[in-house]
Amino acid sequence: MSAQDLSSAAAPAPAEEEADYNFAYLDENTKRMIRRALLKAVAIPGYQTPFASREMPMPYGWGTGGVQVTSACLTESDSLKVIDQGADDTTNAVSIRKFFERTARVATTTRTEEATIIQTRHRIPETPLTENQILVYQVPIPEPLRFLEPRETETRKMHALEEYGLMHVKLYEDIARHGHIATAYAYPVQVGRRYVMDPSPIPKFDNPKLSNCPALQLFGAGREQRIYAVPPYTEAISLDFEDHPFDPGGVDQPCALCGATGVYLDEVITDDQGTRMYVCSDTDHCEKTRADAEAAQ
Amino acid sequence: MIGAPLFKLSGLTKLYGARVGCRHASLEVRAGEVLAVVGESGSGKSTLLSCASGQMLPTSGGVLHGATSPDGRTVWRDIYQDLSEPERRKLLRSEWAYVHQDARDGLRMSVSAGGNIGERMMAAGARRYGAIRREAEAWLARVEIPTDRLDDRPTAFSGGMRQRLQIARALATGPKLVFMDEPTGGLDVSVQARLLDLVRRLVAEYDLAVIIVTHDLAVARLLAHRMVVMKQGRIVESGLTDQILDDPLHPYSQLLVSSILQT
Repeated sequence: MSAQDLSSAAAPAPAEEEADYNFAYLDENTKRMIRRALLKAVAIPGYQTPFASREMPMPYGWGTGGVQVTSACLTESDSLKVIDQGADDTTNAVSIRKFFERTARVATTTRTEEATIIQTRHRIPETPLTENQILVYQVPIPEPLRFLEPRETETRKMHALEEYGLMHVKLYEDIARHGHIATAYAYPVQVGRRYVMDPSPIPKFDNPKLSNCPALQLFGAGREQRIYAVPPYTEAISLDFEDHPFDPGGVDQPCALCGATGVYLDEVITDDQGTRMYVCSDTDHCEKTRADAEAAQ
Repeated sequence: MIGAPLFKLSGLTKLYGARVGCRHASLEVRAGEVLAVVGESGSGKSTLLSCASGQMLPTSGGVLHGATSPDGRTVWRDIYQDLSEPERRKLLRSEWAYVHQDARDGLRMSVSAGGNIGERMMAAGARRYGAIRREAEAWLARVEIPTDRLDDRPTAFSGGMRQRLQIARALATGPKLVFMDEPTGGLDVSVQARLLDLVRRLVAEYDLAVIIVTHDLAVARLLAHRMVVMKQGRIVESGLTDQILDDPLHPYSQLLVSSILQT
């Protein structure tokens, strides 16, 4: 089998059978239902809007919520980027990108600045987003109070009455046990000075990017049937104590591949002697930095 | 010191369908006063306490919270009729507190002792970790738990310690009225005695009003200034503790008092 054959096997040309699907897989009534939930979510920043989540052709936990939101937002002129832990080339990202290539035939890209819709799992791209972009998050558990208060009736009431003392109990426990706030991902934020929200399992390093972002940020939780949003230029403050302020953390060294600083780095263990290197988690940003450096030489 | 009136039940009735939980119960509690509600199992004590403490809507009758206005008058407001739900929940976690019979119902078992005590403070808006921790430590000492247990979870505590921790958690934001449902139930006698001592000391020190439900007349005699006796959902007798225990008038009270082993 030649290289040509391999690539065509990996991405078959749109065949007759795909024409049986509606644009972007979901039928128009379902998309309308999701869009109504999205409008409500945008109108009440940080509020978890229930929606009738559909079975998707992928297991729960693989981004069914994010895919439904993306499906409801996609138009034919959109350019889609999908990332998983910052990378464009991991299983989850590749399969979701292919899914929409086949069912919506939209253009896809790995370049952050070219994309109009970015579906993401666990990261916000390093390249600053613009007003023309939508960032769609895949959310496993949308309820930030869940691990301390298992009753859904009670957590809803707590949100409604703005009783968020419990969130600080969690942070208190962190400090009491570890000496600092050890929550490193899914770090709770208060959106628009009202609702406390789980920003999905992004590293707390990305939390400052949530706040006052020019792009529209949408969060979809498929299994839990919730959609919520941070509209453009909305404040999202990370919760903390006065004497233990929020610290985004991060590694204090440059990327081993591109030399970028001030970006989120993955720790890669390279042998069994404890040797490790730190590389950009955002593959697109890493490639761009290297290409820019080469062009400058 | 007995002070201004804080709390009142007027004609409280709770029906479970055709069955009677409690009927036409009326009582009043003043600041610094301990009122015991005694009676046998099924007499409506727990129903009365649930309705009174804001956890269950009564069928009819009023549960009134008294606040002293600037000119010294007492303003009565029904917690179910006159307060909105946010206001009622705020009252329940600031001016009122509840101590459960089983400490597991009143504590967060997966959260450290310090976090348990600090929760009400954080709910009230405390945002300085150091201050919350110091306050929690002080409360631990007040309820006679070694302060090095501050970061231990209640699962590692004995039954008596859990109960004392629950009391610390309830009192941490300085409530004026505390509801207690059989706080000594399920503890052995020596631990009971120590807990009662502690409660009596805290009540005097913080000028607390307490409504305590118990079937143990010894608890009532030790703690309560006044008591009411319940039978089949009704209050059959009320008065000063000594008066009822030494000279019960109602036949049921007489039976209750005579059923204590005399030493």
